[in-house]
Amino acid sequence: MGAVFEGYVKGREMIEALQNLFWILIFPGFLFTVVLGLVACWIVRKVSALVQWRVGPPLFQPFYDIMKLMGKETLIPQDAQRTVFIVAPLVGLAGVLLLSTMLGVAAFWPEETFVGDIIVAIYLMVLPSLALILGSSASASPHATIGTSREMKLVMGYELPLVLAFIVVIIKMVGLVKAGFVESGQQLTSDDLVKVLSLAEIAKHAPVLSISGMLAFLAALLCVQAKLGFVPFDIAESETEVASGIMIEYSGVLLAVWKLMQAMMLVALPLFLVMVFLGGFGTTAGWPLVWGIGKYVLVLVLLILIKNTNPRVRIDQAMKFFWVYCGIALVIAVILALIGNYYGISWL
Amino acid sequence: MPATAKREPRQTGHEFMSWKIWSLKKSVWVFHVNTGACNNCDIEIVNLLTPKYDVERLGIKLVGSPRHADALLVTGVVTAQAAPRLREVYRQTPKPCVIFAIGACACETGIFNGAYHVVGPVDKIIREIDPEAIIAYVPGCPPKPEAMISGVVKALSIL
Repeated sequence: MGAVFEGYVKGREMIEALQNLFWILIFPGFLFTVVLGLVACWIVRKVSALVQWRVGPPLFQPFYDIMKLMGKETLIPQDAQRTVFIVAPLVGLAGVLLLSTMLGVAAFWPEETFVGDIIVAIYLMVLPSLALILGSSASASPHATIGTSREMKLVMGYELPLVLAFIVVIIKMVGLVKAGFVESGQQLTSDDLVKVLSLAEIAKHAPVLSISGMLAFLAALLCVQAKLGFVPFDIAESETEVASGIMIEYSGVLLAVWKLMQAMMLVALPLFLVMVFLGGFGTTAGWPLVWGIGKYVLVLVLLILIKNTNPRVRIDQAMKFFWVYCGIALVIAVILALIGNYYGISWL
Repeated sequence: MPATAKREPRQTGHEFMSWKIWSLKKSVWVFHVNTGACNNCDIEIVNLLTPKYDVERLGIKLVGSPRHADALLVTGVVTAQAAPRLREVYRQTPKPCVIFAIGACACETGIFNGAYHVVGPVDKIIREIDPEAIIAYVPGCPPKPEAMISGVVKALSIL
């Protein structure tokens, strides 16, 4: 009897391990994110081309770019710090991979997630930027050093508004949970309150349909624009100013990994915005799923349009923008959310 | 003027190598090097990369670092000051790569032939460090963007 039970446990462990492998490697992990990321890259380039009244690249162009980069030789500068130089792109790729896997699992298998995964997601979102800073500072080039310092200042600039925007969402979620309990008349325990920190719970509501939520969404959209390295915040990788600052010394396979990481961020970050602000995907196939894909495309198109209609700003202008303007708007949003919670007004 | 490519077709060898060349043909990232030009060819290169000619259809993209480049668009007769720098930029370009000598000065020193500061046309300087470099010549003073596109297409088709 004990041997049968042990066999059953081992079988379940193996099934769980295989399921985890499937999630990380195939869907919604590596394969799915890479393919969708490169298609999203193409969408960015095609929409930019159409906005500029030209034709733009064919559908598989980003795939050809990655293939070509894999076929070039990888040159490492003599003075570069070899270990960090080689490991940094892989760390960034791992961070984005984990982030998109977690988001996909929270969207489609919500019972398998854990409470507090939104905090893990916020930490994982910093990892690609950190990897860029590490990799470019190991490059031993003055252009890369300028790129490093700019990227560091940019990260310091947008991380605070991003976290404030998520705090607005969490405040609104607390208000919703409390309102739900007041209606049903049950006692509110701390276990139920802690549940607001789970992506699956947040994805069921759409905080953007209120004033504070809309303010938070707009601020988070601009922070995501900076995190993706899109104009007007592509200060760190500005080609014309610092000759591709942060990635100047990378070539071949390592550059392909950086480009893949950027493509995968184009999947993970708008997905994050959709799940936190816009109401997620719904777990069953049907209209909520189609609606969810439409929301993702909407966020992507917003990012592209902001990218194509703005010039690049200086790093001091960017920091002032994030800390002063976004900061004040988000403080107003937090106050409105708290007032809405206290008085039970849901559209504040 | 039509562009010419003075090189025999390269033998690609066994099938394993050819995916690299095939993907290189589909996506060519260019880096612009000015080795002492009068700026005319540089203006035409910048014109080439504007939305009117839309070279992004062909996969061509301007990059900011020679380490990201597949093709070097070299303009200008190579001056004595620019020669070691051109060699360094060529060494920093990961192989396989193609050199495009744009303009009459880059192809055969043009009107600056015999001047005190001229070290040689582009192919002489490049072949000193790499006799097997792939060099394509786009003559003209300056060559029209259409001629440059034609030169790129012809060079890639015999890779």
